[in-house]
Amino acid sequence: MKILVCISNVPDTTTKVKFVEGNTKLDTSGIQWVINPWDELSLTRALELKDDAATGVKSVTVAHVGLPASEPTIRKALAIGADDAIRVNAEPADAYFVAAQLAEVVKKEQFDLVMCGIESSDFNGSNVGGMLSEFLEIPSVSAVSSIKVEGGKTVIIREIDGGKESVSVPTPCVVVVQKGIAKEPRIAAMRGIMTARTKPVKVYEPVAVDQLTRVLVFEKPSQRAACKYVDADNPKQLIELLQNEAKVI
Amino acid sequence: MSVLVFTENWDGKFKKLSYELVSYGAKIAEMMNCSVTVLSIGDVAADELKKLGGYGAKKILSVSDANLKNLDNQAYASVIAGLAVREGSKVIILSNNNTGKAVAPRLSVRLKAGIGSGISRLPLSLEPFTVYKRTYSGNAYAQVVIRSEIKILTLAQNSFDIVSTPDNSMVENATVSLDGSLVKTGVTDVQKQTGKILLTDAEIVVSGGRGMKSPDNWGPIVELAGLLGAATACSRPVSDEGWRPHDEHTGQTGKIIAPNLYIAVGISGATQHLAGISSSKYIVAINSDKDAPIFEAAQYGIVGDAMKVLPKLVEAVKEIKK
Repeated sequence: MKILVCISNVPDTTTKVKFVEGNTKLDTSGIQWVINPWDELSLTRALELKDDAATGVKSVTVAHVGLPASEPTIRKALAIGADDAIRVNAEPADAYFVAAQLAEVVKKEQFDLVMCGIESSDFNGSNVGGMLSEFLEIPSVSAVSSIKVEGGKTVIIREIDGGKESVSVPTPCVVVVQKGIAKEPRIAAMRGIMTARTKPVKVYEPVAVDQLTRVLVFEKPSQRAACKYVDADNPKQLIELLQNEAKVI
Repeated sequence: MSVLVFTENWDGKFKKLSYELVSYGAKIAEMMNCSVTVLSIGDVAADELKKLGGYGAKKILSVSDANLKNLDNQAYASVIAGLAVREGSKVIILSNNNTGKAVAPRLSVRLKAGIGSGISRLPLSLEPFTVYKRTYSGNAYAQVVIRSEIKILTLAQNSFDIVSTPDNSMVENATVSLDGSLVKTGVTDVQKQTGKILLTDAEIVVSGGRGMKSPDNWGPIVELAGLLGAATACSRPVSDEGWRPHDEHTGQTGKIIAPNLYIAVGISGATQHLAGISSSKYIVAINSDKDAPIFEAAQYGIVGDAMKVLPKLVEAVKEIKK
């Protein structure tokens, strides 16, 4: 079984984002780029599956759509333990564009299991994994909090509103993973960092795809009113404010 | 031309989320000068379907097919896409919940329709079709233009007020030609929470953080939540430590919620936590550290020891509930 893990790179989650060019572009100066947190957990789970010989997982490849500047993110994924990587050499225009590029990668290289994080922490779209599966016309399972591979078959738990379902889909398939999929992201060891330099990274040129959405302008969220403090000895006053001023209880 | 709203059902019943979707769809239909069609997939009784008419649905399509008993993303997308084309739908609205997130992107590729996801407001304009979207995990918003002929929107839960209207609806049992071989998702087991208010549905949420010091101290949080009809939640360290179940974790990598009232007890308010709760209409912070960043996000705050403040709060709520 061959696994593909799709990764995107995002500003470190504690970044105070700023915008330039009339608030149309992210100010990238001083930004620390990291693997999108859900993708990092997804990669961790893929490597755990490969570590277990009983799963029959032979390789874990990472794929990324981005310009050469995102190479360090790919090397980081290789250092964590991916066997090889594919980069599609294009600015990720929107989810539809990215999914279309990834679909070409999967068609060329043939993977059994494609893993995507449920959303990226920058655009918060939750779209790439599902779109990719539809481009490929293969099954998808979303909101996956656990995946096992037993006898070449997937054993998946997905979250539903108010519960969980155990499901199974045939491969090839796309699983869109979220919290719970792996406990802690795996960290690169020194040996991994050394070997990452020599692991193969294929570069594909993008295919032509229509861009369906476009960001006009970014805005900062509106400032909330200053906090109104209530004396710790008199929480009753808080309840009165919630009842009569905010009218929420 | 029409606006199409898809709502799932929960054991044959709709919930507030469904009515939010229909109300939102009806408002957009009004802006576009067309009507709203609601699509329900699954076994739902006629009187339950009819309830959707009370929020602006003109036509209610009910699809019941043994192949669609469980959510299969591919099959659902195929059915919704087929009916959207038949209805001449230019805007398709789904929830931004687990089901919506699973189906909307597949629908997007089928119909070559751009998506605005996790939307919490009406479109800013129809020409060009512009939506207001949360980005950078709540640290910024973006005006996004959807350029395709058909647009898909996924609506954030508890972000649009329901609007009751006179019922002018008609229910139609729609037949679809579904290719049964598309259905590949086999469900072997279902575990449902019972008797608990779902975090994503809750209008009030009481949440505890590391400042609670021990899982043994959760009694007053649960009691307060019970009195307020609220759901309980927690911060990431608390679920990581196993003090509370993982499905209570709110924050960037956990659940993202927008209740009317979020009460954060012993939560410092790290960026990652705020990313999950910043869309709450009111935030109350109770924390012993007066410099905790949670107070910058909160409208009401108490600086104090949660163990001393909580019992008094519980008493005060009991007073007003009498």
